[in-house]
Amino acid sequence: MEEIIEIEKTVTSEKHRAEQPADAKHTENPVRPKLETRGVNVFYGDNQVITDVSITMKEKSVTALIGPSGCGKSTFLRLFNRMNDYIKVFRKEGDICIDGKDIYSPSVHVEDLRKMVGMVFQKPNPFPKTIYENVAYGLRIQGVNDKNILDEAVEQSLKSAALWNEVRSNLKKSALALSGGQQQRLCIARALAVNPSILLMDEPASALDPIATAKIEELIHRLKEDYTIVIVTHNMQQAGRVSDMTAFFYLGKLIEYTETKKLFTSPENEMTENYITGRFG
Amino acid sequence: MKTKERIIEAGLKFSSLITVLTTLGILWVLLSQSLVFFGEVSIIEFLTSREWTPLFENKHYGILPLLAGTALTTFVAIAVALPLGITIAIYLSEYASAPIRNTFKPLLEILAAVPTVVYGFFALTVVTPFLKGILPELATFNALSAGLVMGVMIIPMVSSLSEDALRAVPNSLREAAYGMGSTRLQTAFRVLVPAASSGIVVSVLLAISRAIGETMIVTIAAGQQPNLTFNPMETVETITAYIVQVSLGDVPHGSIEYRTIFAAGLMLFVLTFILNNISYFVKKRYQQQYE
Repeated sequence: MEEIIEIEKTVTSEKHRAEQPADAKHTENPVRPKLETRGVNVFYGDNQVITDVSITMKEKSVTALIGPSGCGKSTFLRLFNRMNDYIKVFRKEGDICIDGKDIYSPSVHVEDLRKMVGMVFQKPNPFPKTIYENVAYGLRIQGVNDKNILDEAVEQSLKSAALWNEVRSNLKKSALALSGGQQQRLCIARALAVNPSILLMDEPASALDPIATAKIEELIHRLKEDYTIVIVTHNMQQAGRVSDMTAFFYLGKLIEYTETKKLFTSPENEMTENYITGRFG
Repeated sequence: MKTKERIIEAGLKFSSLITVLTTLGILWVLLSQSLVFFGEVSIIEFLTSREWTPLFENKHYGILPLLAGTALTTFVAIAVALPLGITIAIYLSEYASAPIRNTFKPLLEILAAVPTVVYGFFALTVVTPFLKGILPELATFNALSAGLVMGVMIIPMVSSLSEDALRAVPNSLREAAYGMGSTRLQTAFRVLVPAASSGIVVSVLLAISRAIGETMIVTIAAGQQPNLTFNPMETVETITAYIVQVSLGDVPHGSIEYRTIFAAGLMLFVLTFILNNISYFVKKRYQQQYE
């Protein structure tokens, strides 16, 4: 309890929590949060890895989660598509909502949730199938087998992921033959094919070279027009380049959450400042 | 110190040499005896004649009936072991919790530890009478019972190796599949089984190889009557069962009848050798896949 009080002095999310009821009155309000957490605690067994995190994220914005290794940012990201559910000792408290709806309520099917919330992982992980079948996968598991629909979705998704021109003549080739950067964009295309509204990215460029990284960042910029993006990154320059809002996590707590520009130029919290200036982490 | 090292090294080399020499010795006996056999019986007749009657007055030396018997019992065995083995592998690797897996796996492997002669009698005295209740025209010695029981015996081989292959699939692919909204079943069948396919193929090839070489069960339960048929209800004789029959019988050493078992043995050796080599190459490819 003491810890929480201490945090409340610094955490700006408290303000967001206060704002929330005002927003809720206008259900058609365009700034209503797409993603929202309220007082979230996460435990792995007896070990608390997330402590009282409340945050809201706007639709069609990019939010970067930064912080040193082990600060809980990846765990936090995975709350939004319930990828932590497979960890036996995982337990959470508090609410996690998408479009105002609690995604952990028993009426939500996790498979349906994940069709709405796509995810891109740290290491490119295409299936050992053809490029075409990778992108078509999400539709196929929903029972779509109409060739015209699949063709159209594959082309659109690859175009959205800025990969179409490089692979259009090789759609039947194995995805494993692509370069790392291409594989990652393929994974993005695969996620886009089922028409999600949210994209979670867990250090999507950390395994890529600078040129491939630049392409991914460019892509994030364009995807922002249609998707709400949450990205975990170790790279602060990257956070600065791609995101609108940045959340700094430390030891499972949300230390500071504000506009990216502000966080990197005039952070309110000393810990944030120390981290972004490279004094620790 | 130097001499001691050298003696140890020589000892190690000698031990491994014994196994190689044994294999070569077996091969030499098979080849030399078969060569004498093929001096008297043309290889064309051996491979194409549809009758195998070396122990009768009117001698024919066509391996096809024995090959058919082996193929038939093996086919029945694989028809049992493949679906069950893979289902068990998927269950153990993707569904079962660690405590369940740790109890179930050793229990399953007991199946492979049961002496084959016990399986043989089980097939003859339990399975066949039971099946006769359903299929009255079933012969007392038949390929079906022998194949079914042999299939049960090789389930652990398929399930254990397939499970290893499934568990070797990197977790990143499971995450990718679940992240796309796949159910567990979809993840298993659409992503993991294809990704582990080469390992699964290896497990099946080795199981086939084991079934082809299996002797006791088929000798006891499938019969000793060379029969060019693909009807599992009939009595058949496998290559291995024939070798047992002649080895234990009163056929004089050195006679042409006696040498047939070397030709049959060579056939068996070639079959399993080919299968083991295919699985070796498939395995090599699959080991590279995720490195």
